[in-house]
Amino acid sequence: MAEHDGTRLNVSTAKCVTCARALQGAEITVAVCAADASQVAPQAAQLAGVARVLAVENPANAHALAAVLAPQIVALAEPFAVVLGPSTTYGKDLMARIAGLLGAPQISDIMAIESPTRFRRPVYAGNAILTVESLGAARVVGTVRMASFEAAAGGGAAPIEKVQLSVELPQHTRFIAVSAASTDRPDLQTASRVISGGRALGSAEGFKILYSLADKLGAAVGASRAAVDAGYAPNEMQVGQTGKIIAPELYVAVGISGAIQHLTGIKDARTIVAINKDGEAPIFEVADFGLVGDLFQIIPEIEKLVS
Amino acid sequence: MKRILVGIKRVVDFNVRIRIKPDGSGVVTDGVKMSVNPFDEIALEEALRIKERGGADEVIVATVGPADCQQQLRSALAMGADRALHVQAEGVIEPLVVARALLKLIEREQPFLVILGKQAIDDDNGQTGQVLAALWNRPQATYASKVELTGAKARVTREVDAGLETLEVDLPAVLTTDLRLNEPRYVKLPDIMKAKKKPLDTLTLAALGVEPRQQLKLVRFEPPPQRQKGVRVKDAAELVEQLKKKGLL
Repeated sequence: MAEHDGTRLNVSTAKCVTCARALQGAEITVAVCAADASQVAPQAAQLAGVARVLAVENPANAHALAAVLAPQIVALAEPFAVVLGPSTTYGKDLMARIAGLLGAPQISDIMAIESPTRFRRPVYAGNAILTVESLGAARVVGTVRMASFEAAAGGGAAPIEKVQLSVELPQHTRFIAVSAASTDRPDLQTASRVISGGRALGSAEGFKILYSLADKLGAAVGASRAAVDAGYAPNEMQVGQTGKIIAPELYVAVGISGAIQHLTGIKDARTIVAINKDGEAPIFEVADFGLVGDLFQIIPEIEKLVS
Repeated sequence: MKRILVGIKRVVDFNVRIRIKPDGSGVVTDGVKMSVNPFDEIALEEALRIKERGGADEVIVATVGPADCQQQLRSALAMGADRALHVQAEGVIEPLVVARALLKLIEREQPFLVILGKQAIDDDNGQTGQVLAALWNRPQATYASKVELTGAKARVTREVDAGLETLEVDLPAVLTTDLRLNEPRYVKLPDIMKAKKKPLDTLTLAALGVEPRQQLKLVRFEPPPQRQKGVRVKDAAELVEQLKKKGLL
């Protein structure tokens, strides 16, 4: 299931393709549901390993509403053994509805595919890894954990087929609006560098020193749950078990104590830096580099040093 | 009678550092503090607030699971739910089975709203609400951070990756809760006493006509790979130097 905004394919789709390629000999189809798929379908067709793209065009698909998309995917699902979507809010909302309609089991947050019936996934906020095996279901549905897979490369040229479906779509769910702070910073989920702030930043104003450093480094900015709850940062910046799970090359945790729910979201980062005034904070247990001190002094110093 | 149905799950308390059984068959729960899944507490709180504003007459709380779950149902009654339904079931109970059982309860109770947590913090599946909405053929509004009811509709603000999305859904509908929808109330001692007298009905999957089919075998639980503990640096200059050395800056 492709994720997109009508013009651009989300990188989550390329990660799902990589996950699917772990299935030996699998023929991978990407379904693009859109009002007009002419921009997005060619992007999906370029992903290495994709055998074909199905463009499902319908004015009702202008916004990704799970209740509207799910019956269309169910109508297409018959020949497929595995139906995958990204473990983003889009995919988590949609795939379980598809699983429900199919009566199929869903494997959430797939981190590895060992065989077409055997998968690994995190449970208990990532404090345990569970291997599950499908017990003979005709098909399984899955969401793909974004931090576990690289994006598939480009260079492919899969054929695009337009599909006309005669499925009755529900009218009971209507899109009203989406609001997001517009930002020129890189996307949190794909950025190679991320700087996150916690409650110790003290205010939305306090976060400005992180934005300033992030802009110097070309980094995205994240936040702990505590900082989001306190209103210092918007919800889409939350990193952790119930926020975004990320795997940047460099993660800098500033004034974040490191609750297990937060650590879940950053475990796969290549290098973790912790800056905190409390030397006993659990974040130091997972940090590659730890610096104990006053963040309001340290962050501007770092900014000066990298300028 | 305008009813809200709230689904809850008994889980290992969120403060407990879990231990995996030596044979990898699961997680140690003997002698471990168990609680209502935090997202489900938020679901119940929302239902109670809707009722207190006059938007509902009755809040029913339900769970599917073994006998011990009655403790969590009593907690929910103490929080303010009017009555509880316990669907007894043993072993691994998958989201599809829970959703089928909840659908049977919906058919009996005819709620105008069903609220569940967006995920349970034990298996982290995050499926039951969507599966239920699919089986019921009704709208779903997941990851809710604001809910406004007007007549036969709900306007729900959702926490999505892009920011905040607003949907309008016709009722009845299924909502799942995100963290910032509300802050659940504390339970007072007299409420715990009162909860003992509130009705708690016990049913079984068999009586509801739901087969406890298991489609996924839990093969093995393992600890995650541990990160190596790193080094302390003395100041910003040393940190920048180290990161440059690793090619990260």
